[in-house]
Amino acid sequence: MDIFIQQIINGLVLGSIYALVALGYTMVYGIMGLINFAHGEVVMIGAMVALFVIKALPGLPAIVLVPLALVCAAIVCMTIGFAIERIAYRPLRRAPKLAPLITAIGVSIILQNLAMLIWGRNYHAFPPILPSGEHDVFGATITSLQIVIIVVAGLMMGGLTLLIRRTRLGRAMRATSENPPIAQLMGVNINQIISATFVIGSALAAVAGLMVSANYSIAHYYMGFMLGLKAFTAAVLGGIGNLAGAMLGGLLLGVIESLGAGYIGDLTGGFLGSHYQDIFAFFVLIGVLIFRPSGLIGERVAERA
Amino acid sequence: MLEVTKLSVAYGGIQAVRNVSFRVEQGEMVALIGANGAGKTSTLKALARLLTAASGSVRYCGQEISALEPHRLVSQGIALVPEGRGVFPRMSIVENLLMGAYSRFDKPAIVADTEHVFSLFPRLKERAQQLAGTLSGGEQQMLAIGRALMSRPKLLLLDEPSMGLAPLMVQRIFEVIRKVADEGMTVLLVEQNAKLALEVSQRGYVMESGEITLTDEAEKLLANPKVRAAYLGE
Repeated sequence: MDIFIQQIINGLVLGSIYALVALGYTMVYGIMGLINFAHGEVVMIGAMVALFVIKALPGLPAIVLVPLALVCAAIVCMTIGFAIERIAYRPLRRAPKLAPLITAIGVSIILQNLAMLIWGRNYHAFPPILPSGEHDVFGATITSLQIVIIVVAGLMMGGLTLLIRRTRLGRAMRATSENPPIAQLMGVNINQIISATFVIGSALAAVAGLMVSANYSIAHYYMGFMLGLKAFTAAVLGGIGNLAGAMLGGLLLGVIESLGAGYIGDLTGGFLGSHYQDIFAFFVLIGVLIFRPSGLIGERVAERA
Repeated sequence: MLEVTKLSVAYGGIQAVRNVSFRVEQGEMVALIGANGAGKTSTLKALARLLTAASGSVRYCGQEISALEPHRLVSQGIALVPEGRGVFPRMSIVENLLMGAYSRFDKPAIVADTEHVFSLFPRLKERAQQLAGTLSGGEQQMLAIGRALMSRPKLLLLDEPSMGLAPLMVQRIFEVIRKVADEGMTVLLVEQNAKLALEVSQRGYVMESGEITLTDEAEKLLANPKVRAAYLGE
């Protein structure tokens, strides 16, 4: 029983991170119908920048250093997100859908290799500056770091929801995602809205990057690939283009993966170990694509002409 | 106020609009009528920069606007009610109206204008928080007109406001259009329903196969035997 609760907790932590990354995929898809496969790499860069800022300033207390690292990572990621759209996707706005998709994969490879050139091929250990407290919940343990991850991710998601639902920018983003030419007629500058979408998504990616490297105490130039694929899966699971879907899909995928990793040894009589945890995300992806391609909460309102 | 000169629009080799010239004076309501496929909507879309004109000039208040970025038109005072309404289906009625006021920042006046739209279309007020996608066609048309008014336009472009609506609904929508025009709005009305359009307008242009073939005062067009034969079903 305590293994079950422990895996649920781990799953929610992992799931909050997936959810933050999935939001980046789903926002860009919602606005311009593009799967930005370079998004996972932005998360990786966020992790790397944060980790190296923390390493570079060893004397400072964690309460100052971590927010500082986060701000640096966010600024770098937002700049990169903005630049990716401007340089790689904007010229292809009117091109067939396949062109920007292939470009996204290209951007992903470029960013990975840039990161490798800058930070090397090695695994980098996350400096042990974070509080290491442990708390007991129903016979399982949750660390202070895990609590911080869940709370911060929750705040970010709440903030984003408010931004999208209640502000002028949020309305313009929704209008653009529903009907770009009409939004333009209302005075919305589509290019600005698309840039804003990339910048916001990249800021969330930076937060997720710091979280994932702190959670696993490690970062490396290749970490964005698998994380990106899983977050994409989470977005599809929830219904791509749908914000609430991305959040739900992220949390659900995190929990499925954690439970899977916790029980796969028992289920296969020890044949497969917990390092096979990655296969669950892809089982989920295949399952969703076969049985419910619109995702758990895709497209609810019928459109009437 | 609006002067269109030798406007042409082409879709991949097919000329939808050929050398069309017309004008709309301040405070006037002008109808652009013609059969389905005559190029009326293409003309309007080119004015609103939803389509790029192949050639020609569009002058608005003495200024050339045919190369203006599309999102800048509304702050110049031009609002389009597009063919097929174009409401944002997953946004509420109030949010749709707020999108109409996107180019404005005078919050108290925006609130007052929302109330004004609600007084023109009480049906919208009853459903203020409902998603626009759940409205009937007529209600969506009301919303599209209300949304256009929210930008406080000087020139209102209406594209087929009667299309697909029940006669009673058409009548109510045209009452409001007439009322808005009587309050001083300049209106360019594109309609397939020629009789309806000419009855509310001062002048009219008749479009056929991408060209303007006839223009006159609305009353005279209504009496013109050619128009009566071709568009009024007599």
